[in-house]
Amino acid sequence: MDFLGEHSPALLPGSRPLPPVQGAIEAPHGTTIVAAAFPGGVVLAGDRRATMGNVIAQRDIEKVFPADEYSAVGIAGTAGLAVEMVKLFQLELEHFEKVEGAQLSLEGKANRLSTMIRSNLGMAMQGLAVVPLFAGYDLDREKGRIFSYDVTGGRSEEHGFAATGSGSVFARSALKKLFKEDFTEDQAATAVVQALYDAADDDSATGGPDMARRIYPIVTVITEDGFRRLAETEVSEIARAVYERRLEQPDGPRAALL
Amino acid sequence: MSTPFYVSPQQAMADRAEYARKGIARGRSVVVLQYTDGVVFVAENPSRALHKVSEIYDRIAFAAVGKYNEFENLRIGGVRYADLRGYTYDREDVTARGLANVYAQTLGTIFSSAAEKPYEVELIVAEVGSAPEDDQIYRLPHDGSIVDEHGSVAVGGNADQISSYLDQRHRDGMTLAEALKLAVDSLSRDTNGGERTLTAEQLEVATLDRTRPQQRKFKRILGRQLSRLLDEPATGDAGTAGDAAGAESDAGAGAGESGASGKGAKGGKAGGKDDSEGESGPLL
Repeated sequence: MDFLGEHSPALLPGSRPLPPVQGAIEAPHGTTIVAAAFPGGVVLAGDRRATMGNVIAQRDIEKVFPADEYSAVGIAGTAGLAVEMVKLFQLELEHFEKVEGAQLSLEGKANRLSTMIRSNLGMAMQGLAVVPLFAGYDLDREKGRIFSYDVTGGRSEEHGFAATGSGSVFARSALKKLFKEDFTEDQAATAVVQALYDAADDDSATGGPDMARRIYPIVTVITEDGFRRLAETEVSEIARAVYERRLEQPDGPRAALL
Repeated sequence: MSTPFYVSPQQAMADRAEYARKGIARGRSVVVLQYTDGVVFVAENPSRALHKVSEIYDRIAFAAVGKYNEFENLRIGGVRYADLRGYTYDREDVTARGLANVYAQTLGTIFSSAAEKPYEVELIVAEVGSAPEDDQIYRLPHDGSIVDEHGSVAVGGNADQISSYLDQRHRDGMTLAEALKLAVDSLSRDTNGGERTLTAEQLEVATLDRTRPQQRKFKRILGRQLSRLLDEPATGDAGTAGDAAGAESDAGAGAGESGASGKGAKGGKAGGKDDSEGESGPLL
């Protein structure tokens, strides 16, 4: 990024002058991202909707990306800026790895993302915020870890599970009731799909699984074997199972009272 | 005041070329061979930290001989060129030909500039295509020329002798184990016809493997996998064994496609079991 700054600064997101505007700019916004850790890894998932005001801008947007072999980033906020930020982030991690011959530590990656979000603060003040969720497998500590951010680049590590975006309140609450420390990979994947379903249930900007169009959430898993995005058949299987149960019990699984 | 001696431009260039050639010939060789699934790089290099072969981009790798600091400089320049290009346009727009041209310009400028000493390096830039015919290998000597190579190349050390050995024996459609064996044989012959034995610890091996499921096709072959490939008999069943080793390593590197279907099936079962409910909330 330093090299890019010297060589062709116009390519960097932070260095653009902001046009004077009144009020918020209408641009597609991505919505809900959830993550849950399980022994041996972490899952990161996102719904597929992008909204522009009250309009659904896109039904099948992809908001979860691999950052490198052992980490992934899910984005909520202004889609255009977020996708660019992820692209630059991916580039930086890969560039570092190739030049230095070693990967950045997971902390290092999380800190780097923090700086990139902070450089977007000016845009965020005009309503073009980008708030990602970062998850990865820490090869040194041998576990999955989740980092959440705020618009100013403040970074905090989340233990167990986390959510970001407009539906995050609902998703987090749902995940809170479902989460167990000893999830298997498949249970964790099911739990995040449940959480996204609940978010879509109560938040108009979050899209649920679209059975008619076969648009399902994006679910990714990061373990010591690296990043893996679940194939559409796998996600559709989970999403259908969740959907079938919801036909009988629309509010989803019940937690015990005590 | 003394007048400097007159040196003709021809003589000056010849001296510089001689200087660079000698520097390059002092080092140990690197050989690059095409095999059925891509391109394999084999270097005699006892160091684990200082690489002679490295990744540049998705399908492009770099090998060099000569002075380490000089080719490391060129390597980093290449990575920057490739990353910047890929970020500005698209990953597909980064090609070995473009990169080789940039290297040729750099090397050529340095070679003919009187103020600098010529770089004592020789580079190879290779790109793996979707089929063996699309593979590209470029050799860049110290003076900034480009040579388009096919099949096999050797640079550094007694490159001429190794090249002729490889030319006689290399054929299209070799397996990785066969190509690797040929490369090691060629490297272990010294100038006066004798043979040395090269062990896995003395070799740096990497491939650009078109069958790798990841976007980045570059992979180092290290440790056990390397010893296994070296120990394989070069004929008959070598092909199948080589493929098995490749598949294993890919699964290890993540995103293995075979793993995906297995996990999906497991997911169904786990979900079914969960209906029987534990103490806390069920998932479905």
